[in-house]
Amino acid sequence: MSANNAAKTPANDTAVGTNKPQLPIYLDYQATTPCDPRVVEAMLPYFTEKFGNPHSRNHSFGWEAEEGVEKARAQVASIIGADEKEVIFTSGATESNNLALKGVAHFHKGKKNHIITTVTEHKCILDSCRHLEMEGFKVTYLPVQQNGLVDLEQLKAAITDQTVLVSIMAVNNEIGVIQPLAEIGKICRARGVYFHTDAAQAVGKIPLDVNAMNIDMMSISGHKIYGPKGIGALYVRRKPRVRLEALIHGGGQERGMRSGTLPTPLIVGLGEACAIAQKEMGAETERLKYLRDRMYNKIKEQLPEVFLNGDLEQRIPGNLNISFAYVEGEGLMMGIKDLAVSSGSACTSASLEPSYVLRALGVEEELAHTSLRLGIGRFTTEQDIDYAVEHIVQSVNRLRAMSPLWEMAQEGIDIKSIQWAEH
Amino acid sequence: MAYSNQLLDHYENPRNVGTLDKGEDNVGTGLVGAPACGDVMKLQIKVGTDGRIEDAKFKTFGCGSAIASSSLATEWVKGKTLAEAEQIKNTDIAKELSLPPVKIHCSVLAEDAIKAAIKDYRDKHLADKAAE
Repeated sequence: MSANNAAKTPANDTAVGTNKPQLPIYLDYQATTPCDPRVVEAMLPYFTEKFGNPHSRNHSFGWEAEEGVEKARAQVASIIGADEKEVIFTSGATESNNLALKGVAHFHKGKKNHIITTVTEHKCILDSCRHLEMEGFKVTYLPVQQNGLVDLEQLKAAITDQTVLVSIMAVNNEIGVIQPLAEIGKICRARGVYFHTDAAQAVGKIPLDVNAMNIDMMSISGHKIYGPKGIGALYVRRKPRVRLEALIHGGGQERGMRSGTLPTPLIVGLGEACAIAQKEMGAETERLKYLRDRMYNKIKEQLPEVFLNGDLEQRIPGNLNISFAYVEGEGLMMGIKDLAVSSGSACTSASLEPSYVLRALGVEEELAHTSLRLGIGRFTTEQDIDYAVEHIVQSVNRLRAMSPLWEMAQEGIDIKSIQWAEH
Repeated sequence: MAYSNQLLDHYENPRNVGTLDKGEDNVGTGLVGAPACGDVMKLQIKVGTDGRIEDAKFKTFGCGSAIASSSLATEWVKGKTLAEAEQIKNTDIAKELSLPPVKIHCSVLAEDAIKAAIKDYRDKHLADKAAE
């Protein structure tokens, strides 16, 4: 994204009055977001004049920095309905997830050894679980239903006397579906099991209340909510208290759960990002929903055989994940080079496997290869959406005319009836 | 990852997209790859009475490298005898398009498609040879 694009505000978008949006268009808001200029502004003094170490207790430089950190802590706590004492700053959601899983598991080692999660979690949850399995913990990976949501009955059935933690993401990063957090929290609380949720994609996008939802730990990311990269937080409940073992040892900062000098400017940025998101969430949700529906409806009107991956209703407004049957995702991305999007196609990943999230929904491999993730956010305009739709439709039509699978489908040949040589 | 101009040109202006009548006696059809793997190539050749490939067409489901590889393959087989076309190597295709290492399999698939089309043509004419 260009600096110009990042700096524009909704107010001057409408003033432009032309239909030609600024290129390239960023439609990958689940990957990361630009820092809101208001966030950058709040951060700047903490790089220069307010540079003190927030842990310096004996002079005004330290006090000034500490004040910035504590204001931010309150801002982060506020957006999730928590107490500020329950917010631990980390380097990002990956660290928060590692700390939540390994920290709780290690603390309870020898007493309880079972963790429950889902197959569609972010890699940092799945990989932390794999690591814990190697240490001797047992992990249940719950499947998800076709719409991407966890089956609550299966969750209930999976909990045993040995279960210490349930970790289920709030919003999926690929398909944007929202898990039933309040119901999951209720189940976990009733069984005396900690409930952790990776809310990197959820904070600022859906209302969250750790008390109403019985959430014991929550991972938060700065750069997914128009804050800086390299900062995140973990909410850790105090009543009833969540016990966990630190991963990083040192000066005992953050109630001993995460040592290291706090990065004041990043923390101030995260706090400001939360404050802005909290204030604007209502109106922004409506705006994004309008843009998302406009995009989806226009695509559906103009193209046959497109399939939405994941539930449409239980979904954040800024995400579409669509399979364009018979057109391979990376080939499509090359055709829409002015649009920055992601694909579930194997070719875009290092693994040569199509998206494990889409596979978990039961999306067939051939359709998983044809998926695009379209992420819209704070700086997306209606012109952006219209331009994107026009170019996606054009490109899909061009590539379908070139696709042997489309040709076979038109001739009524069932692609599954052919003996393909898998390579 | 930056793609070469040759690759982008073949992707944006693919040569010989289309379909020949696979029922015709002088047409050989190769269909390689698999939808589940993310790439399928259909390459067809039409052999003239002089034994040379007078026309070639392709359709490809796949990434830009796969589309470009098959487009280039059709360009290269035209005018060649079957024996000459058989000599086209995936490494030549990869070199011409400057394919990055992760895309080498696209050129392998293109070579396979040429060979499959030639085999299909030859299989159709086994009977002729037997009659001779």
